[in-house]
Amino acid sequence: MIQKTLKSAGHDLAEPTFQLRVLNTPVAGSTHYLPKFRAKLAEANLYPLLPTGIDIFQVNVGKLCNQTCRHCHVDAGPDRREVMQRDTMELCLEALRHSSIPTVDITGGAPEMNPHFRWFVEQVHSMGRHVIVRCNLTIITANKQYGTLPQFFADNGVHIVSSLPFYQQRNTDRQRGDGVFERSVQALHMLNAIGYGQEGSGLELDLVYNPAGAFFPGPQASLESDFRRELQKHHGIAFNKLYVITNMPISRFLEYLIDSGNYSDYMEKLVNSFNPAAAAGVMCRNTISVSWDGYLYDCDFNQMLDLPVAAHAPRHIRDFDVELLAARTIATDQHCYGCTAGSGSSCTGATA
Amino acid sequence: MQNTYYNPADLKKFGDIAEFQPELAKKFFDYYGQVFAEGALTAREKSLIALAVAHAVQCPYCIDAYTTDTLEKGVTEEQMMEAVHVAAAIRGGASLVHGVQMMNKAKALTM
Repeated sequence: MIQKTLKSAGHDLAEPTFQLRVLNTPVAGSTHYLPKFRAKLAEANLYPLLPTGIDIFQVNVGKLCNQTCRHCHVDAGPDRREVMQRDTMELCLEALRHSSIPTVDITGGAPEMNPHFRWFVEQVHSMGRHVIVRCNLTIITANKQYGTLPQFFADNGVHIVSSLPFYQQRNTDRQRGDGVFERSVQALHMLNAIGYGQEGSGLELDLVYNPAGAFFPGPQASLESDFRRELQKHHGIAFNKLYVITNMPISRFLEYLIDSGNYSDYMEKLVNSFNPAAAAGVMCRNTISVSWDGYLYDCDFNQMLDLPVAAHAPRHIRDFDVELLAARTIATDQHCYGCTAGSGSSCTGATA
Repeated sequence: MQNTYYNPADLKKFGDIAEFQPELAKKFFDYYGQVFAEGALTAREKSLIALAVAHAVQCPYCIDAYTTDTLEKGVTEEQMMEAVHVAAAIRGGASLVHGVQMMNKAKALTM
């Protein structure tokens, strides 16, 4: 069954301002405000939060996706129409040409569904940059055309980072939809077959674990060893690294938290698990995030909450300037607790 | 006074036991933390043992805490339920093995 996105269902939580209001209001049945994230940063001598540079140029090429995962912070799905156009991609390439940012991280939605995706990857690859594609795996099995993606990825040295919430079907399908686990396994076999995740191939295949519910991820190293053992034993699948990511209390995961009655406990736990070391290593400090329509954000989460980069920095890719952006202050709000709890969370897993 | 003996919110107040006796509470929580750290058993194995024991002693707070903790440590739902069955088997076995005592006594009393 294909679930509707919050946007097409006309849900209040489709609106970033509504989400921010929820996050900044005392939880139901309480008059108690959670401590402000910026106050926690100040206690850790990290306010205002400043960039350490720009190492990662993350491009969200659109919200169109073949899945409607229950935890999706993008509210992506088959009914979304926001897709980056080629002229915006040209501006991204122009910005990259004028900088030495080493890594380009392409995400979505399912980025492969953008009609200009392959062209864009080829262009970035030809510039000698490290290309990461956040592939949801099932897109590879969606039709014959997408079935050629593994070879395309290999030809362009793409580093694949793929979500697989668990090494068992039940937990994966509950979060990502019926049949997703089986199709993900099929896609992983296709990627392994051409060398992805295999030692010595140079073709990197990393997996992403995020909890299928209102709880935190455990230690990355022990989960990685569970995934490696179980995926090899039951499915003959190999991969390089496992990143563990905390679910961010925004968009569809926020809807799930509220509907399941877990919101207040989850938020309190995030706040109580604030770790200054994780805060010091948050990904927004070395990342810039570009939206489908070319606007600039400190991270993909801020992008979805419509919190742009600081006013004194360039706000659109056409005005991209590494130096000005490196001198900005980073916008934060209550959702940022999602990246600073426990061992921390980022697009490359734990940060502390 | 609340009108139920158990309140889920009390779990978060566990540390408050220090209010009436700080010294012993500190000793207990230090010990507790050390018990659950990685050792000859992994933290994951210890969490699963705790889940089983929580069911054996039927502590709702412990069941709440160690259901979350085992999930966070990547324990599968099948493994969690098997741990509960271990607790049930030991509890059931503990009753049944006393049946031997009953039989001994019955045999001593009867012809």
